[in-house]
Amino acid sequence: MKTSWIVAFLVLLAAVVPTMTFSGYHLFQLTMVAVYAIAILGLAILTGINGQISLGHGAFYAIGAYTTAILMASWDVPYWATLPVSAAVCATVGFLVGLPALRLGGLYLALTTFALAVAIPQILKHKLFETWTGGVQGLVIDKPEAPFGLKLSSDQWLYLFTLGVGVILYVLAINLTHGRIGRAMRAVRDQPVAAEAMGINLAMLKTRTFAVSAMYTGIAGSLGAMVVAFVAPDSFTVFLSITFFVGLVAGGAASIGGTIVGAIFIEFVPNLADLVSKAAPGAIYGVILIAMMFLMPQGAGGFIGMVWRRLVR
Amino acid sequence: MEGFIHQIVSGIATGGIYASVALALVMIYQATHHVNFAQGEMATFSTYIALVLINLGLPYWVALVGAFAISFVVGVLIERVLMRPVTNAPVLTSVGVFIGLLLIVNSMIGWIFDYTIKQFPSPFPDKSLMGGFVSGHELGSTGVTLAVLILVYLFFRHTRLGLAMRAAAFNPTSSRLVGVRVGWMLALGWGLAAGIGAVAGCMVAPVVFLDPNMMAGILLYAFAGALLGGIDSPLGAVLGGFLVGIIENLGGAYIVGTELKLTMALIIIIAVLTLKPSGLMGRKVYSRV
Repeated sequence: MKTSWIVAFLVLLAAVVPTMTFSGYHLFQLTMVAVYAIAILGLAILTGINGQISLGHGAFYAIGAYTTAILMASWDVPYWATLPVSAAVCATVGFLVGLPALRLGGLYLALTTFALAVAIPQILKHKLFETWTGGVQGLVIDKPEAPFGLKLSSDQWLYLFTLGVGVILYVLAINLTHGRIGRAMRAVRDQPVAAEAMGINLAMLKTRTFAVSAMYTGIAGSLGAMVVAFVAPDSFTVFLSITFFVGLVAGGAASIGGTIVGAIFIEFVPNLADLVSKAAPGAIYGVILIAMMFLMPQGAGGFIGMVWRRLVR
Repeated sequence: MEGFIHQIVSGIATGGIYASVALALVMIYQATHHVNFAQGEMATFSTYIALVLINLGLPYWVALVGAFAISFVVGVLIERVLMRPVTNAPVLTSVGVFIGLLLIVNSMIGWIFDYTIKQFPSPFPDKSLMGGFVSGHELGSTGVTLAVLILVYLFFRHTRLGLAMRAAAFNPTSSRLVGVRVGWMLALGWGLAAGIGAVAGCMVAPVVFLDPNMMAGILLYAFAGALLGGIDSPLGAVLGGFLVGIIENLGGAYIVGTELKLTMALIIIIAVLTLKPSGLMGRKVYSRV
């Protein structure tokens, strides 16, 4: 336990250094890694710890992003104050979406969330909400400035802000999954019948886990909207949801640390693959996904963990 | 009133497409309890193959049969190579493999045939029939999909091979004991599903035009149809597909407008799962604990 805290601290230290040394675009990429890591963390709590599959977390990311954008653009709410609102909105929507699907097997949830992911751009474009969402054009928002007269550019400040929010969310997630509720989540994943016999309310726990998971991804969406300073329906297609799923599997579904690996993967691999051809990112995702399923079902995080345990022993 | 009838008729035409894809989904689900998320992309790929064959100068119907045959072989190969190892794996693994397959097929289409939208020919005359209620293509494609569905029905009901395939899906262990080669039956089921998808793709392509993401929405309606009819009942899936087609067209015309058509599939899925999870014709699933 001690060593993993030291590792976490070193990772954090290494993450703060680029604030001063990196150029604008690279800093932007690192910020997006932090954002994706939070989004995938939400998915990992759901899929890895609780064993429910979602192919539609891009929808919650979109809802979070739009909540922040609408609050900032229409009501001039300060950027940091939009985070709790979008957390609450996404948790509520997650609870409602989870409610019908969770009574059934894992496949039905995958189906329902997949349908949600396919449908969300259309809903965002719809003219009923156009006054708030800006329709097809989307919304442009201002990048937040560094507070307290700090001598940081808004990119640098946003990076540190995202990192700070990320650290808080990671600590909360680790506490959640290592405590009583985390054990209950794992019990539901591995032995639902035994878990129910132990007095765990399956449907309630699953739905709440779904809400927490949607909340995490929603907060990531809010941060992502601030970083990109722009939201539009077509940035939240089903491909985004699939990207999160790929990141989750690449990092290792049940590994909290693996989510960072997954986030690095989905941020940098498409950029590299785009150099080859427009079709390459999808193909590489697909091949990696299938290869992971066959060769490394525990993902990179699980793999590193296994090597680590061997070394320590 | 005329508009209403027209909406129902064209609902039946698109419903035939959904019914075919839903049937393909249910065939694989019955045998393996996997939902093939790549069904739509596979069908799109088959449609491109048909287009290539047509451009080579083959007559339309020969190209259609050719696309069916090639898709059949590809379906069998996919089952043999990719799906066999994950037969008994957890749901996450099978979903992962299917999504991987979806991504690979989708980018292969984009890579080979590029991302521009292409026209696809229709073999049916381009004029309205029956006093303007139905276009030639709508009538023709409904006829073709119905013919395919009836052929599949006859195949499963009245041939030894069809019986063996049903047996393999229903009870693999006992089928194996009486000498059915269960593994090959599953592979044949995959091939047949891929072939049905090919026909559905060729029938819908003249209407929605051909591009790599052509079937994404259609797959969603097929999911909705399969769930509505009962995901373990082939007849239910076909009925559900037609129903979804009609609901989609009427809803699109009179209730929500065309911009929210995909959302309707989502609502149908959620409604079915909430109100009647086993669907209209599905069996209730009991599990022993």
